[in-house]
Amino acid sequence: MNNAGIIDMRKLILLSFMLVSQGCSTPWVKPYERAHLADPIMNFNRDPVSNNYIHHVYDAREGARGAGIATGGGCGCN
Amino acid sequence: MAVTNITSGKVLFFVNRFLSIAGLCFISQWSLAAVLPEDRADVLFHSYDGGGAEISGPSILVRKKFGEHVSTTLNHYVDNVSSASIDVVTTASPYTEKREENSLSLDYLQEKTLMSLGYTQSDESDFEASTFSMNISQDFFGDLTTLSMGYAQGDNIVRNNTDASFIKDVITRNYRLSLSQVITKNFLMAFALETMSDEGYLNNPYRSVRYLDNTVTRGYTYQSEVYPNTRTSNAFAIRGRYFLPHRAALHGGYRFFTDTWGINANTYELGYTLPYDEDWIFDLTYRYYDQTKADFYSDLFQQPDEFIFLARDKEMSTFTSQTLGIGASYEFKRNGTGILKRGSLNLNYDFIAFDYADFRDVSVSALPGEEPLYAFNASVIRLFVSIWF
Amino acid sequence: MNKPVKSFIKICSLLISGSVFSMALAASEMNEPAPDFTLKSLNEKNLKLSEYAGNVVLLNFWASWCAPCRLEMPLLNDLHNKYKKLGFVVLGVNVEEQSEKARSYIAERPVDFPVLFDDSNSVSKQYKVVAMPTTVMIDRNGNMRYLHQGYKPGDENKYKKMVKILIRE
Repeated sequence: MNNAGIIDMRKLILLSFMLVSQGCSTPWVKPYERAHLADPIMNFNRDPVSNNYIHHVYDAREGARGAGIATGGGCGCN
Repeated sequence: MAVTNITSGKVLFFVNRFLSIAGLCFISQWSLAAVLPEDRADVLFHSYDGGGAEISGPSILVRKKFGEHVSTTLNHYVDNVSSASIDVVTTASPYTEKREENSLSLDYLQEKTLMSLGYTQSDESDFEASTFSMNISQDFFGDLTTLSMGYAQGDNIVRNNTDASFIKDVITRNYRLSLSQVITKNFLMAFALETMSDEGYLNNPYRSVRYLDNTVTRGYTYQSEVYPNTRTSNAFAIRGRYFLPHRAALHGGYRFFTDTWGINANTYELGYTLPYDEDWIFDLTYRYYDQTKADFYSDLFQQPDEFIFLARDKEMSTFTSQTLGIGASYEFKRNGTGILKRGSLNLNYDFIAFDYADFRDVSVSALPGEEPLYAFNASVIRLFVSIWF
Repeated sequence: MNKPVKSFIKICSLLISGSVFSMALAASEMNEPAPDFTLKSLNEKNLKLSEYAGNVVLLNFWASWCAPCRLEMPLLNDLHNKYKKLGFVVLGVNVEEQSEKARSYIAERPVDFPVLFDDSNSVSKQYKVVAMPTTVMIDRNGNMRYLHQGYKPGDENKYKKMVKILIRE
């Protein structure tokens, strides 16, 4: 097990957290401007079952794996 | 040409560890916080046909909220395999197999934090995978940023259909970090980092490598493959999605992969999503993939036990794959006031072309090392119904 | 418990405590004049906030694409109908730049309170809307008294409480 790999990940996570906390104090996209972002066609993972299957097809036949579909964006509600 | 009787059984078509990955990909939400995912049910019929292998089956998913804080997801997936692939026809005989995978996951939402736990069990005659995963997702400051992290662990058992006493295990560990960021009111980006670590019996009990052998007519002889018992890989991906004024989306992404076996791979994806006439959504995608071979891979070794580790798995060779995909989605129900709130019928077709640079097609008679380079095409169909209730 | 699991749990707790920062703005009380505005309503008539002076006004900023907004609409409608005889009104302000989706949503699910269209987002900016939905309670003297951001089931009880207090003033 590559211990160095785990330590780097932790530092990376803490670093991202700090960057994000400092960076975004006022949202530059107002919640009432999020109509386009909330549209289903802007969803990275619109059909999870279908996406999982096609990723499985590639993972099974290719050497590379991981860092597949990342989702997010949201509707800015609540 | 003498055919050896080593394996009267079959060659595993899916490399062992990748089976648990399917479970990991499913369970891990990697999704937005602040609102629980909607209740839905999906019934998918999937079909893969390429390189002599036909695999099809259903995948059924049901997701239900309980109160405003908890959501549960259940998935049942089956692969009915009928394989006569290049490895199977050259070293064994065609076979049929059934793999079944069941998953359960639980999501808990507290303010802007979403916590998920998942468990997947996959079974087939010579491979069992049990995967446990956890994930936490957090929205930040105006919900423009979502940070997500996850850990998953798989405990897998590898068997051999031709040898009842053969039993080995594999432990896989996954660490994942992803960030999704709203850039402008029309542009979303996502970043993902994933480290995977495997330990145990990582090769395929049926697969063989070949080495030059002047003592036999065909010029080469097979021996069992030998893999290292650890593998650590790192992948980094960046994705973007852009909303076009006339209501369409352009999306693209890049993933870089590297591991301790010497494999480096690049994946490029580009896609266009076009809605039409209120009820229809069309998708067009292109994907390009290339990888370099593992350090211990060779299509033809010069002598037996040439190196400590030996592999001849085409998935570890130098190759490219290109995919062209089209999809159509028809929303047959929208804004329903009864139990059925929304429903869609979907069809996706993907055509994948695999081209190998150092894996040869030994089903063709030629001097060892001069057989034609192998290439094949695959057709993938996804037909599914989704309902929101 | 192995090392990676321990670090994961440590980071989880860090993230959860971090979420406390995002909770800070959820609800607050104040006492400052509510900016007046004029917006077009469903029936094409212009409505001014000042026309409702003397009434308790619940101003609700919503959008058709916002799920929690859709959830609370029927509850706001009930609140409006229950207290309107005591000098209370709910004003729904739709914030979408293109109002077709909102209009068809209201056509399918009509409400009894006035629905206004802020398609230039001028009122959203005036009221510094930073969350969806946003609910502002205005007293009979035209002062903003209570701000509530977001909606979770159960929040309607908070609205009811505040409405009762403001009605009695």
